[in-house]
Amino acid sequence: MTVASRTTESMATRISGPIVTASGMHAAQMYEVVQVGSLGLVGEVVRLVGDHATIQVYEDTTMIKPGAPILCTGAPLSVWLGPGLVGNIYDGIQRPLPGIQAHSGAWIRRGEKVAPLDTEKLWAFEPVVEPGEVIAEGHVIGKVEETPLVDHLIMVPPGLSGTIRTVAGKGKYRITDTVAVVETPEGPRDVAMYQQWPVRVPRPIRQRLRITEPLITGQRIIDTFFPIGKGGAAAIPGGFGTGKTITQHQLAKWSDADIIVFIGCGERGNEMTEVLREFPELKDPRSGRPLMERTILIANTSNMPVAAREVSIYTGITLAEYYRDMGKSVAVFADSTSRWAEALRELAARLEEMPAEEGFPASLPTRLAQFYERGGAVTTLAGERASVSIVGAVSPPGGDFSEPVTQHTRRFIRCFWALDTELANARHYPSIHWLHSYSEYVEDVGLWWKKEAADWVELRTEALTLLQREERLQQIVQLVGPDVLPDVQRLILFIAEIMKDGFLAQSAFDENDMYCSPERQISLLRIILTLYHRGRDLIQGGVPLMRIRSLSCVPLIMRAKSAYGNEELGKLGELKQMVMEETEALAKEYIKEGTLLCTPPST
Amino acid sequence: MHTTFDLEDRGLQYIGASRIEGPLVVVERVRDVGYDETVEILDPTGRPRIGRVLDISEKQAVVQVLEGTTGLSNKALRTRFLGESFCLPVSRHMLGRVFDGLGRPADDGPPPLSAEKRDVNGMPINPYARRYPREFIQTGLSAIDGMNALVRGQKLPIFSGNGLPHDRVSAQIMRQARLLDEEVEFSMVFAAMGVKHDVAEFFIRNFRESGALARAVMFFSLADSPSVERLLTPRVALTLAEHLAFDCGQHVLVLLTDMTNYCESLREVGTARGEIPGRKGYPGYLYSDLASIYERAGRIEGSPGSITQMAILTMPADDISHPVPDLTGYITEGQIVLDRELFQRGVYPPIAGLPSLSRLMKDGVGKGYTREDHPTLASQLFACYAYVKKVRGLADVIGEEELSTLDKQYLKFGEAFEMRFLNQGEFENRSIETTLELGWDVLSTLPKDELHRVSDALLKKYYREKAEGQACVAPPFGSATR
Ligand SMILES: Nc1ncnc2c1ncn2[C@@H]1O[C@H](COP(=O)(O)OP(=O)(O)O)[C@@H](O)[C@H]1O
Ligand SMILES: [Mg+2]
Repeated sequence: MTVASRTTESMATRISGPIVTASGMHAAQMYEVVQVGSLGLVGEVVRLVGDHATIQVYEDTTMIKPGAPILCTGAPLSVWLGPGLVGNIYDGIQRPLPGIQAHSGAWIRRGEKVAPLDTEKLWAFEPVVEPGEVIAEGHVIGKVEETPLVDHLIMVPPGLSGTIRTVAGKGKYRITDTVAVVETPEGPRDVAMYQQWPVRVPRPIRQRLRITEPLITGQRIIDTFFPIGKGGAAAIPGGFGTGKTITQHQLAKWSDADIIVFIGCGERGNEMTEVLREFPELKDPRSGRPLMERTILIANTSNMPVAAREVSIYTGITLAEYYRDMGKSVAVFADSTSRWAEALRELAARLEEMPAEEGFPASLPTRLAQFYERGGAVTTLAGERASVSIVGAVSPPGGDFSEPVTQHTRRFIRCFWALDTELANARHYPSIHWLHSYSEYVEDVGLWWKKEAADWVELRTEALTLLQREERLQQIVQLVGPDVLPDVQRLILFIAEIMKDGFLAQSAFDENDMYCSPERQISLLRIILTLYHRGRDLIQGGVPLMRIRSLSCVPLIMRAKSAYGNEELGKLGELKQMVMEETEALAKEYIKEGTLLCTPPST
Repeated sequence: MHTTFDLEDRGLQYIGASRIEGPLVVVERVRDVGYDETVEILDPTGRPRIGRVLDISEKQAVVQVLEGTTGLSNKALRTRFLGESFCLPVSRHMLGRVFDGLGRPADDGPPPLSAEKRDVNGMPINPYARRYPREFIQTGLSAIDGMNALVRGQKLPIFSGNGLPHDRVSAQIMRQARLLDEEVEFSMVFAAMGVKHDVAEFFIRNFRESGALARAVMFFSLADSPSVERLLTPRVALTLAEHLAFDCGQHVLVLLTDMTNYCESLREVGTARGEIPGRKGYPGYLYSDLASIYERAGRIEGSPGSITQMAILTMPADDISHPVPDLTGYITEGQIVLDRELFQRGVYPPIAGLPSLSRLMKDGVGKGYTREDHPTLASQLFACYAYVKKVRGLADVIGEEELSTLDKQYLKFGEAFEMRFLNQGEFENRSIETTLELGWDVLSTLPKDELHRVSDALLKKYYREKAEGQACVAPPFGSATR
């Protein structure tokens, strides 16, 4: 025991797991970062009563004793924003995991202090302003090629406006170097290539905008049936093993966003390792560049400290907002928001707060709302159109969607991809249930899709209606068997089966099918609906269903999604032609002179 | 309450406690005590009991007594704080030995000589330093190898129920587990929590008969040990496993049984502390707590070793949505679910076809790992078996006679799948080729056109055109639900 620690003014008085109480904290502020004990464990002040503070510690507090010194840093928990974020992987409080490994090997020891960004690395800076120009907050003074996929714009931080006095010339600089001096009413201010921002405060924007463009994910059930817009918010709830993580990985890989922020919040370590292994290998379908060149990872896995898990969500969204401010479209994936809510619950319980539903703090809905509200389509301070889209996984206990996190999340998102255990058990992936899911962005993104296919809305509606009718027919079948149904209705069952296997199911591991371009989505859907239309006419003309079932185009339609890649739209055209010809031949056989097929071939 | 200074030993010794409740003891006015510090409490007979600090303030320490509070009294209690968190001496010479739930010798051998001591809580593995598990482990069980393959470094639990043969299944896996192209043998770390003596005996016998005893370490916190002790047992076992795997480079297979008992102890402590209970009375931090155990599996950069983890848990009332299996499933990389109905029909191993899952299978099977057709075959078997379940439901309503020809074929397939593919002997060790061939055998009882997930090329190569029991009737005319 050291006598010195006892006489220090600010010191710990009680330690209970990640919560430390301290006395002598009269100068402390709410949400200020403090360092606890001789290891300097990072913590955050979450309550102040008199000169006592309650501190939430982001690292393991084993063997911390009452009397341990507390060092106040005077600043709220903030992240570093600047070149070098992309391609990196951080823990919940933005410590770079590669740096930690270099420093202390495979295990995360306590008290690690590694700067979030490399302060020695030189970046090629190119100014876009000249001395004498008037510049407002959030405007660009220069740019840096962060990766071949990311033009990193160096901006004047929010709250700073004035006249450029000097600006650095084209050349290589460290992120801490001053690249411009701005003359403000309060005097000259240095602008470096990086800035800091408190994670719990949203970065300012000029105004919110309506969503008009879909975030194309390459996943058929999402893009075609339950689309999310750029700037939209979606929830993906499901019991364990239903596909939350794989779906989010698919979206992170193939979405047409400029920047991806993936937050592994209280989930498996190996899943982050998998991303680290795969993303550098996979190529962005649009640019052909490695996906890692536009991706930032936050990993606060389930075995890492729970308080840091709570922050990881804010760290991630702050990084996303920063890139949004450069005028980019950013997509944030949080896997899983339930683990974050549980972290809130665990900390609230330790703070002896009054619990509301199922032990969650009464502030849960507010916290969820605050998080999802940081997404959106906006005009940035610099006047650019930009967006942050948010996709949050929800892990309801027992897969029961009536629990608080799922229910409250529903209030703040507009796109709900409900994963279904039964579908997952039958290995129908993605196990997004077509009847329990919804998207409120269909109208917003409809205009965009109409450019791809004038009848997109009709195609989509018809397909969904067919699936709904199938569900009702299945209820009858379950009671009395399929034999009582007339062929027109059994055709619906048959087509729905093709729709499920040949369109909705999409394997994340199928080379040809993991990403499905919008054009191919439409082609596949058209083929299936063509078979439906022609089949309906044939049955009306007296052709038995079994003849339609045994057309040789049927197994080809079932396998078309993985047989032909995105570049082989021609093959799909041929397949559709085959459907036309085979049904035509059937018609000729059964429907003698005078009776033509009533549906014109769809375009 | 008096404080005495003990010159011969480390630290201060405190006499008396202000409160004893359940597994907790509150000691007042302690000095220089850390959170999670290890405590020795002397009971009236002078025997030390191990505890640890759950909450420490300037006023008091709340101590959880791992070996129970039975027989302790407020006045006579003597407490000593040991100045460190709970540590285990680790050494490779612990292989072949039996220890109690806190890592003390429980056989006739001496305490292990070891210079290395490790905090049993371990440290989180840096996700950046993990190596992704990929090497297929052949367990010799078709239900696992064919459909839910295990890879080295995976955590794959067995969800079971009372009276189901999880012990036999896991013993068989431990006996038969091997890599395809390497002769390295697994070291085994076995942790028993709250299970009966005969279960422990069963595993000891199994290790002995298979000649694995010298490669196995056992930690027993049996049903008659104080229940709180169990909270440390898996951590103690994993601490040794980490040493064997990452310091000594061994491939370690860890078996933890029964995690339901572990969780009940956790609930007991939570209740005693007056915590707000979560679902079914389990503490709100059950997920994080379980993760701190299960995530201690895998592979890391810079070490050739690995930890493969199999936890057994019994689902109360066979309910998979009970918090223990539910939260486990959210953390582990899949689950092997035992099914009571299959068991009652005499299928061994009664591994449920649909709810079982291996999340890491996708990266450990297929071309270059097992065989090119493996992923497709598994996926198609799952899909067809799911359909069998539907047809069976329909048959219950309308009668089997009323089913279409195709649906009857599905029923036949279901039967073949369960009796020929899933079912096997307790000492039958099938090679992966045997398993895959068997898979195609049963799949070929269905018409080719039903196998939508199989590409033409694979069909040509593996589908048995005239398999036994396969109906030769051309196109299937209608079916149950379509
Ligand atoms: N789109 C998909 N394609 C193929 N397999 C999938 C897909 N989605 C899920 N899976 C399978 O389901 C398993 C569980 O998915 P995962 O995303 O890890 O579930 P969750 O995160 O909901 O627990 C995966 O390991 C994979 O085998
Ligand atoms: Mg997941």
